[in-house]
Amino acid sequence: MTVEARPEPRLRTRRKRPDVLSVLGILFVLVIVAWLLVNLIDDPQQFFNVALIGLTTGSVYALVALGYTLVYGILQLINFAHGDVFALSGLVASSIMISLFDLSGTEAVVVIGLGLVGTLALTMAFAATLNASIEFIGYRRLRGQPRLTMLISAVGMSFIVQNISLAIYDVNYRSAPPLISTEPAFTIGGVSMSWNKLVVVLITIPVLIGLTWMVRSTKQGKAMRATAQDQDAAAMMGINVNRTISFTFLLAGALAGSAGVLYLLQFQMRYDTGFELGLIAFTAAVLGGIGNLAGATLGGLIIGFIQAFNEGLPIGSPGSDWTRSIVFGILIAILVFRPEGLLGERTPEGV
Amino acid sequence: MATETTPTNAVRKPSVKIPWGWIIGIAALALAALYPVLYEEKLGDMSIPVFREWPSVSTAVIMIVFIMMAVGLNIVVGYSGLLDLGYVAFYAVGAYTAGWLASGHFQQVKVHILSSGVGPDLRGIHVNMWMVLLVAGTITAVAGILIGLPTLRLRGDYLAIVTLGFGEIIPQFVRNADNLGGFNLTAGTFGINPIDSPGFGEALNDSLGLPISFQQSFEKINLFYWSALVLLLFTIFCSLRLRDSRLGRAWIAIREDETAAAAMGVPLMRTKTAAYALGAFFGGIAGAFYASFKGGAFPSEFFFNISVFLLCMVILGGMGSVWGVVLAGAILTYLNQEGLSNLGGWLNNETPLDFEVAKYQFGIYGAIIVLMMLFRPVGLIPESRRKREIEEGTATDTLYGERHE
Repeated sequence: MTVEARPEPRLRTRRKRPDVLSVLGILFVLVIVAWLLVNLIDDPQQFFNVALIGLTTGSVYALVALGYTLVYGILQLINFAHGDVFALSGLVASSIMISLFDLSGTEAVVVIGLGLVGTLALTMAFAATLNASIEFIGYRRLRGQPRLTMLISAVGMSFIVQNISLAIYDVNYRSAPPLISTEPAFTIGGVSMSWNKLVVVLITIPVLIGLTWMVRSTKQGKAMRATAQDQDAAAMMGINVNRTISFTFLLAGALAGSAGVLYLLQFQMRYDTGFELGLIAFTAAVLGGIGNLAGATLGGLIIGFIQAFNEGLPIGSPGSDWTRSIVFGILIAILVFRPEGLLGERTPEGV
Repeated sequence: MATETTPTNAVRKPSVKIPWGWIIGIAALALAALYPVLYEEKLGDMSIPVFREWPSVSTAVIMIVFIMMAVGLNIVVGYSGLLDLGYVAFYAVGAYTAGWLASGHFQQVKVHILSSGVGPDLRGIHVNMWMVLLVAGTITAVAGILIGLPTLRLRGDYLAIVTLGFGEIIPQFVRNADNLGGFNLTAGTFGINPIDSPGFGEALNDSLGLPISFQQSFEKINLFYWSALVLLLFTIFCSLRLRDSRLGRAWIAIREDETAAAAMGVPLMRTKTAAYALGAFFGGIAGAFYASFKGGAFPSEFFFNISVFLLCMVILGGMGSVWGVVLAGAILTYLNQEGLSNLGGWLNNETPLDFEVAKYQFGIYGAIIVLMMLFRPVGLIPESRRKREIEEGTATDTLYGERHE
């Protein structure tokens, strides 16, 4: 006589059943896909035009999000002031374009091109310096203390930078002179990419490639990665931790500066533009997996598309009144259900 | 990164001291209680250097309301060490609960529950304001639990950003919810007004001479002031007793070292959720009371700035220190309401400077936050335990060192 084997393995497989939340999540994603498909079929031209807008704003978000991710990667600090650095540098860029280079009257392509490159370089240098000084003044002394201390200091810094913008530029909106034509650069099947949108994408791509190269392949990048992993060990290996962190802030600031110029080419800005955009960009960084460079870029693009689709699609879109709620809803959902983000790795949390 | 643990069982010297704390407290309370009388008799016409004049009684009411909220926020940030950047959401929930339950907003129905000073024929829901305060506190506490349950598992800075998200979503919802499938929930940007004011009804008016309704009384602002003061005392009392209770000690244990607290059997989720709910409770009461004082709930008031403003009070006063928060709340709200504009006027008239102080108020708060963090992270009146944590370090910073790559 033989004893029957106990049905133990079955119990285990039953436990792996998908739980209610992930089913709901999948359903939600399906509804979104269906909504996009309905819009695509109804009016493909509109759909792709909106998608191009999403690509452009998404590029700007990606640049700002990279700054958040770089700083978070190295200090585990949400640098609240980053969005305001972005706004201030955008405003400074408008001054450089109008007052310093006097670009508002010119029409020659070479002058405009050189002027833009010059503006970009100056603004990036300005924003980098500003961001590094914020770190030097506000965060460096707090490094050994409970992390909340530095975070609160960052909130304070954000308001200080915002008020510097307010003091210099007052409450008026600023915009760039119409330098780049809104004529279509190319048209495919009724969908046209205008020059001013194309420029944004054209500037973003080399910046991203340069950044990846810098972090992956240079000695300074190696130092950054080492410092991010373990500051004490990095210091023991002869890395100047203070300088590396300063360099990270310089880099993040330069990205914010470039994003400021690109944003200014598209939209109007004023002193408080950076606050909301900063939060959106931070959402993008979290969405992609904070501390992950590719993730920040992906997250920025996704958020850009979400915003554009929400505001631009004709059928069943909630409209711009709800953009903020949707973006923050995504942020909360991501943090609650997948805190490591789309591309991040799951890490133990200490508790 | 400091890894030393703090010796918490230091022997205290038994000593007989003059109870300065009690003396100062009672004197301050007496002054606060008599303030409207003093103001009317004397202070109202008196001028003081730099700030020009004493705060008016209605400014004092606003000061008390904000102190209440700051004391509520102190439970979350100060006791439990959970950074909440969206406290304004609770203020909004409280204010709108008052709007729904004590105004003519819902014209479809006519419900009167013990309402005083409201004509019997008025449509809408009119519940007695004192009851509304309790209900608002409860609803806000429930909102706190709802926000807390999914989010409190997150680490410190993620929690901050999620609360910030809620603090942004709720005001936007309020602004847009005037047409939810044809139903007008919040009256959009116009806000809900007028909201009923508190009162004691006919019976108490006849027997004790208490006013039927604050709104119809000649001493409206003074009545609001005294009831706000009573609410504040209640809040402070609860806050102090909570701090010394089993729950309060659990909060502080979590703040100092989450892992050790969990190992000692503190249920993390339940304790943190309780901190959220109780912190929200007082925020809700204060919000409802403030809405009643102003006579309306308007969406233009619920901005991130308010959250930072409240946080600034908690930091300036000293995280976890109730008396510090009260002092800082009084100072900052006064500056916000009257002080900064008076100061700016004085600066522009008496000195060669030309500077709009009030325009840069949030820059000033930002500077206060940063300077406090840099030079005196323990706050104006430090709480002893918090002071030791900051000076000697806690075990948390090494645990937070888990990298997120």
